[in-house]
Amino acid sequence: MKLKIASFDFTCCEGCQLQLTNRESTLPDFLDLLDIRNFREISSEQHDDYDIALIEGSISRQDEVERLLAIRQHAKILVAFGTCACFGGVNSLKNSFPVEETIEEVYPGMKIDTLPVRKVSDIVKVDLSIPGCPVSKEEVERIVVSLVTGSLVTLPQYPVCMECKAALDTCLFELGEICLGPITRAGCNAVCPTGKTPCLGCRGAAEEINMTAFLDLVHERKLSKADLKEKLAFYNAFEAFRSNET
Amino acid sequence: MKRDFSLDVHHLTRVEGHANIQITIKDGQLLDARWTVVETPRFFEVMLKGMSAERVPFLTSRICGICSISHALASIRALERAMEITPPEVAIKTRLLAMQGETLQSHALHLFFLIAPDFTGTDSALPLIHSHPDLVRAGLQLKELGNEISIVTTGRSTHPVSLVVGGLSKAPDKERLARLRLMIQERKQELERACSFFSSLAIPRFSRETEFVSLSNDSSYPAIGGRLVSSDGIERDENDYLLMTNEFTRDYSTSKFTRLSRESSVAGALARFNNNHHLLQPKAKEVAAQLGLQPVCHNPFMNNIAQLVECVHILEEAEELIDSLLDMELREIKTSYCPKAGAATGAVEAPRGILYHAMETDDKGNVVRADCIIPTTQNNGNIHLDLHALVEWALKENKTDREITRLCEMMVRSYDPCISCSVH
Repeated sequence: MKLKIASFDFTCCEGCQLQLTNRESTLPDFLDLLDIRNFREISSEQHDDYDIALIEGSISRQDEVERLLAIRQHAKILVAFGTCACFGGVNSLKNSFPVEETIEEVYPGMKIDTLPVRKVSDIVKVDLSIPGCPVSKEEVERIVVSLVTGSLVTLPQYPVCMECKAALDTCLFELGEICLGPITRAGCNAVCPTGKTPCLGCRGAAEEINMTAFLDLVHERKLSKADLKEKLAFYNAFEAFRSNET
Repeated sequence: MKRDFSLDVHHLTRVEGHANIQITIKDGQLLDARWTVVETPRFFEVMLKGMSAERVPFLTSRICGICSISHALASIRALERAMEITPPEVAIKTRLLAMQGETLQSHALHLFFLIAPDFTGTDSALPLIHSHPDLVRAGLQLKELGNEISIVTTGRSTHPVSLVVGGLSKAPDKERLARLRLMIQERKQELERACSFFSSLAIPRFSRETEFVSLSNDSSYPAIGGRLVSSDGIERDENDYLLMTNEFTRDYSTSKFTRLSRESSVAGALARFNNNHHLLQPKAKEVAAQLGLQPVCHNPFMNNIAQLVECVHILEEAEELIDSLLDMELREIKTSYCPKAGAATGAVEAPRGILYHAMETDDKGNVVRADCIIPTTQNNGNIHLDLHALVEWALKENKTDREITRLCEMMVRSYDPCISCSVH
């Protein structure tokens, strides 16, 4: 049986929805598993009878709150799809600036509706979270197959470091960089550290991370506190650990 | 024919982002035609304040899920010019190749999956998997090729990993570059097949004279940096982007507007073609002639054909870039730099048109001021005025209400608007 699925985007870049159309060699088989009921970005056909709703983006305006509440009513399984939906994502950086000044800087003299950025679970119950900026299509394929076959949906519990080691990459700490690989949930094939750029934690915290040991590592190596702060705040994915940052 | 008709397309489908089309006709006369962008603003210019130059491309790439490489490279160029950093040759070539990959992916998505259904009369490309399997396969093969070019050059297809201020964090792998070259050769046939499909389509014969804005240089079809030019004869330095855009707001739209010599202007594939057709690869020039695309073309529907011509150009250009990268030692990939205070603009030709990022840094290399002007922002005014002219034309041609609706939606889609990007 096909999954009756719908995809909706809120405050975001729509890059996660775009991933659904990637991995073109497996795309026809992937689409065979789905009955797409609503997906404005690619189709003019729109229906409200769906079981699974993918929610892309964070929530930053009142009309988005209302749209999200209505989708929750229809959906049996509501999925926070991507880092913005799961944690607020880069959009959350806006929250550290006063709202009035923010509007005035970008839209001088105009009346603009905007709210502090929130993640989806701040507003409705989320049944499943698929993090990533963007989401990994490979992981999405695996999860869709699990949903079709009714098997357990899981994300890796271990950190990005494990995937990075398996790829035989040079540790970025050895090159004098702060990398969030030791505390971030794997599942991305360590794509950033493999490209020799530090992990910024888009997939959120791995299970049972040792934040204290991680911070000690940064301090022992005399790495920049400002850099650490910028990286931890980048996707708003380590909000829960903010108190032990310094 | 005297008639009343009102059209209200709430959240136009098969485009990126949220916008509406409203048309009111009374007694056979057009009263109002409006293109309203209602997308939620994200305020990237504010988010960028205080951010380290090193981190900036990782943030700006998140402005757009489709043209993330262009955004990363526009801000990298702005920062490198502000801090007087010259990237090494390998990085310059790799970045150009990455741009080709992104544009191919974006054009293929638009042509085969967003606008093809307008011509086949279906709601989406999904039914075409069965009715037009060759077309869908060609589209997928070209989109996959675009993505693969981006992956080999930047580490990932969306939100690049290895594009950094100063150059690249990692060199492309030569074996993968060689495989990419084979993949390009194999897929040229698919592109030819696609060209014959698109040449058979009935493109509406509508046009409205306007001004086309793009980058330009004397040696190659534009991609990264250059002079700012318009088809009305304006020419400016890259740093003078404000004089080229004259950005303004309207209270019904969260996306801003720009203008130059006229009430509105256009950026995108058609603008690039109109201003730089002589620099296209010979094969692309041939295809343009076959498809009836001639400069200066003022038919907005022909932007689709200009995109297809650019796909032909990209495959040739990418081969040449790969050949020169394969001939180089890929060792020197990044110029080390000391952060410093400065200000500059970085302009690139994103898939949907000229994209400006202006950055000002302090002596630590942190951003103190940022400004981003998006291609779709530059097209809003023209879309708006084209809607008026298109409806007037359709009324004269005695088109039915249904045909007018279809024409309006199709015309807006032809611009390939990236609405969430324009309301960054």
